[in-house]
Amino acid sequence: MKKLYPLFLFVILLSLFSVGSVAAQDGGGTGVSDDEVNLIAHELFCPVCENTPLDVCETQACKQWRELIRLKLSEGWTEKEIKQYFVDNYGARVLAEPPAEGFYLLVYFVPPIVILAGLFILFRAFRQWKKNDKDQVDIQIAEANSTSSSDTNDEYIARLEEEMRKRD
Amino acid sequence: MLPNLGYGVLLLTFLVTLYSVVIAIVGHSKKSAAMIESARRAMLLTWPLLTISSAILIYLLVNEHYEVEYVWSVTNSTMPLYLKVTAWWGGQPGSLLFWGWLLSSFTSAVAIRKWDRDRDLLPWVLVVAGITLAFFLSLNVFFENPFKLIPGVAPLDGRGLNPLLRHPGMIIHPPAQYLGFVSFTIPFAFALSALITGRTDDRWIRLTRRWTLWAWLFLSLGLVLGMRWAYDVLGWGGYWGWDPVEIAALMPWLTGTAFLHSVMIQEKRGMLKHWNMILIILTYDLVLFGTFLTRSGVLSSVHAFAESEIGPMFFVFIGFTFITSIALVIYRWADLKSETEMKSMLSREALFLLNNLLFLSILVVSFWGVIFPLLSELFTGSKVTVGPPFYERATGPLWGGLMLLMGVAPLSAWGHSTIKTLGRAIWKPALVALLAPIFAFANGITNWIPLSGFTLVALVITVTINEFGRGALARSRKSDENFFVELWNLTKRNRRRYGGYIIHISMVLMGIGILGIELFQTETQRHISIGDTIELAGYTLHYDDLAQFPHEDGRYITRAEMTLVKDGEVIDQLTPRFDIYPGGQPMTIPGVRSTLVDDVYVILVNWEGISANSTPFKVYHNPLVKWVWIGGYVFILGILIAAWPEEEN
Repeated sequence: MKKLYPLFLFVILLSLFSVGSVAAQDGGGTGVSDDEVNLIAHELFCPVCENTPLDVCETQACKQWRELIRLKLSEGWTEKEIKQYFVDNYGARVLAEPPAEGFYLLVYFVPPIVILAGLFILFRAFRQWKKNDKDQVDIQIAEANSTSSSDTNDEYIARLEEEMRKRD
Repeated sequence: MLPNLGYGVLLLTFLVTLYSVVIAIVGHSKKSAAMIESARRAMLLTWPLLTISSAILIYLLVNEHYEVEYVWSVTNSTMPLYLKVTAWWGGQPGSLLFWGWLLSSFTSAVAIRKWDRDRDLLPWVLVVAGITLAFFLSLNVFFENPFKLIPGVAPLDGRGLNPLLRHPGMIIHPPAQYLGFVSFTIPFAFALSALITGRTDDRWIRLTRRWTLWAWLFLSLGLVLGMRWAYDVLGWGGYWGWDPVEIAALMPWLTGTAFLHSVMIQEKRGMLKHWNMILIILTYDLVLFGTFLTRSGVLSSVHAFAESEIGPMFFVFIGFTFITSIALVIYRWADLKSETEMKSMLSREALFLLNNLLFLSILVVSFWGVIFPLLSELFTGSKVTVGPPFYERATGPLWGGLMLLMGVAPLSAWGHSTIKTLGRAIWKPALVALLAPIFAFANGITNWIPLSGFTLVALVITVTINEFGRGALARSRKSDENFFVELWNLTKRNRRRYGGYIIHISMVLMGIGILGIELFQTETQRHISIGDTIELAGYTLHYDDLAQFPHEDGRYITRAEMTLVKDGEVIDQLTPRFDIYPGGQPMTIPGVRSTLVDDVYVILVNWEGISANSTPFKVYHNPLVKWVWIGGYVFILGILIAAWPEEEN
């Protein structure tokens, strides 16, 4: 176990060294705050790790990319330009969502089409059921009963008791 | 010697399971009661066999037999005993064995029951559960052997369990998730058995009702524990990131929840028999699909899937079970015809059907979001990310619709309801519910999304309390018992209904937490020195000290001490830290002050590098998030009430 301590110390020293070089002061001397960097980094995904936003990714590569965002912001780049820069260099996968173009449009269109199809089928089924339903008497009775508010409680108790009786 | 014995018993269990499946089929075709009894006993035998195999693995884990590759990969000499035991499910081969052991336990529990009334269902329940068990055992026997030996000299120490898996939540989360996953095999086996034998009435549903509830409890518990684990350990200030692994666990929960509602329609009205079959088939195959997603490597890339040994096996098995099951539904289509038809679009069953549509819509979004990156890689050669904004935008209104239904459906009647009857039942609770957005507006919330959300939450709570209150009041008037006694009697006499209402309450409590963190979370990140402060959302954090020291279990700990101040008063001490485990694996542990109103959540941003002169902290202000966990507790209470056996009259 003790053999591993030098390794830990090395890791700690390495992290201390990296602090000196990168973040001796808030913003690394660029005047751009961590929050400003994270605002953009949060909407970009690490190209190396799976499904990890850039603002919380622990890899060395992502740390460098965050510093790159800081640098670009200090040079006056806009959020859109910075995102485009990352897309140009690492592909569309760095975006939190695929761009709405070409093949990627499918991601946006398929779910609503399927859901609307489901709704349509349900609606058709309801209409079919209504058409087949010859027995409207129950509904009329229900409406007739509902006109008398004084009966409401009894109706409720009756329903409650009926459901209780039918329980398994 | 012991590893060989463990593997030998595993192989024997696999053969016994195959025997049980084959002899059940032959016994059924020859109408041989003796053969079916033999199949039942063979299935019962799998449990002691798998228990022996698992006990051997646990013995090897606890006693540091590093010559076994699995033991070496998930334990080391510094791990405490309980972690060595839970390492059973800490890696792929062990977790597959754990899965098999659970399935064998459940199938044995089913096989041991009295089958007098349902003897015709028995052989096919054994066949379906047995095929599933044989599949999982085959993965262990042929590809992921937990007893595989390391060639040559045994290592002196192991790699140890992934530090992220050492959290108490992660010790309970996987078994809960597996319990939920595995126990859905039982209702599925009964459903298929009903299809094969042609007993398409609701007998299979009644037989498995409690199984389904328990399965759903564990699946839900697995999700909540996973969320809690993510919040406590992953250090990104949230609990749900729409990660594919999370979605893999969510998908069977969605269909399982739809199924729980939908079976009530079949029981009460004899309708939707096709639909219930499809829902249980989907739930079972989504359980397999979720396991496939997380085990095959397909999430990393389609190429990793192609190289994976078990990925293609899963793919084929999912295809086989899905196609066979759907073919059986089609074969029995005419027998599954509804006994009655819907009369009103506002009846309870119609609203339940709408609820099903919403759950299935969330499933469509989730499924499509998970597989789209793979399709993109397959067809365009480049992978894309489908991240939280996609899911949040697409599912937000659907969750809202479900909350609205939770408020409305309890007020509608089975069979028929009209706008008039429903309107008369809902106007009072709706009026009370409007107090919530008025209160929120008065407190400065002007955005329509949280205002609508809080209205729906209040509507569900008001309607549910009203349902309890009206029922108990009506009964106490008739019986001379006091209100609270009747409240208890009411719940006791229809546990499923009132347990279900408590579950609705738990869901909206979680909804409060989700609305709070999703819509009002704020954060800031700064590098500060000892003596400096960070301010966020009216709180001030004083950075008091930084300590770095080795722990006796091998970790190297870096811990900051901070004082939390609000309105000039010290209210708490927070100690965010990060640990480096032997082998260099880091783990970030936040310092959290949690109240019913909000959480102050602070982490040491270890990946930015740390020193006393410039320590990076990230602070999150998470309003209302505690309600997510409170909702979790209420949920467990609700499902215990719903699943508790009814008293015999």
